[in-house]
Amino acid sequence: MIIGQIKDGIVLDHITAGRSMEIYNILGLDKLDCTVAMIQNADSEKMGKKDIIKVGQVIDLDFAVLGYIDPGITVNIIENGKLVKREHLTLPERVVDIIHCNNPRCITSTEQELRHEFRLVDREKKRYRCIYCESEAPLHLK
Amino acid sequence: MKNLIDIMQLSTDELQQLIDRALDIIANPAKYADSCHGKKLATLFFEPSTRTRLSFEAAMYELGGNVIGFSSANSSSAAKGESVADTVRTVGCYADIIAMRHPKEGAPLVATRTAGVPVINAGDGGHNHPTQTLADLLTIYREKGTFENLTVGLCGDLKFGRTVHSLISAMSRYKGLKVVLISPEELRVPQYIISDVLEPNNIPYVEVTSLEDAMPELDILYMTRVQRERFFNEADYMRLKDSYILTPDKLRTAKQSLSILHPLPRVNEISVTVDDDPRACYFKQVLNGKYMRMALILKLLEVNV
Repeated sequence: MIIGQIKDGIVLDHITAGRSMEIYNILGLDKLDCTVAMIQNADSEKMGKKDIIKVGQVIDLDFAVLGYIDPGITVNIIENGKLVKREHLTLPERVVDIIHCNNPRCITSTEQELRHEFRLVDREKKRYRCIYCESEAPLHLK
Repeated sequence: MKNLIDIMQLSTDELQQLIDRALDIIANPAKYADSCHGKKLATLFFEPSTRTRLSFEAAMYELGGNVIGFSSANSSSAAKGESVADTVRTVGCYADIIAMRHPKEGAPLVATRTAGVPVINAGDGGHNHPTQTLADLLTIYREKGTFENLTVGLCGDLKFGRTVHSLISAMSRYKGLKVVLISPEELRVPQYIISDVLEPNNIPYVEVTSLEDAMPELDILYMTRVQRERFFNEADYMRLKDSYILTPDKLRTAKQSLSILHPLPRVNEISVTVDDDPRACYFKQVLNGKYMRMALILKLLEVNV
């Protein structure tokens, strides 16, 4: 299968195999009118299998969201057919309004205008805690 | 330091400064009697409290300051649906410092963003209660003269007891600490206290169910109440509430130098017959709490005496 190179756009590489659809939905790529290609289960020397998403225009990406969902992703920015920037994502120190605190005793459960903010406490185990009540983050997304 | 939300905001040096200040207040009360003249403390208690609120108010009066505030959410604009941020922003226009208790965890942190004046967390749900830990620490320091090389037993509700978690965290920074965790299986300390506090600091600890077996080795015994308000199921509360009751008989094997602490209020977990034992320190703890709150108010208001 051949997917052509893009002139201007973004390539999300090294997505954990099977997660590209989730990322496609979270980033709202279905709302774009440019070319978007999603490759699943591509061969990868490093990962065995991986997913790739190619977007035919440069869009603003929330790296914190991407890093939280799948910290191994590489973001390649392409302009005029050339790679102008490569970003290796890591887990962000803070995530804001990506996950929700589900502790019913947390102040965020009653004060609706508060942003749900979590800080990274253990990079290895991918553990986040709510900055208000220190409850551990649920694994599911908002 | 502009606010006190979590005891771990205080370095050991800052903690020692507060203790030294409290000891000076105890030794020279007259020196401080007018130190907060013209200053106002607002006590914003969105849930009931007797000792903590009165302790803050007594502390401010003994510093020569004044107190405004409310003692339940029903008597504040929270009953009309006002947000914490708006309430404290308003109060910050009237007061120089705020002590706040709130049933929701994290509310005092929210308050720091809009208050414009220092905020002290006077208890937020089952989360933090740093000034109780200050009371605990001054009591230990006055009884033992040090925080080092102590074997501390914590007994009762170690799962929901916020004062237990804060005390373990605060004490974890001192050399030679050993921790004995005494509780029923259902009320054991949360796993994160072990994985985030005890193990990373290489603190020896044991989890046991028998208070009697643990007693002989303890330097400090920190008793706690099984709190009815933390249970969703009344049957569980009834089953566990009498797990540990400290009596003179159980103290027979304890060291003569043991110090017995309790954050109070107690229900029945310490028999009143223990109150006259010289090792009982829980009412001294109440007094120490006031002194530490005085020291904290002075620090946050940057009052030099």
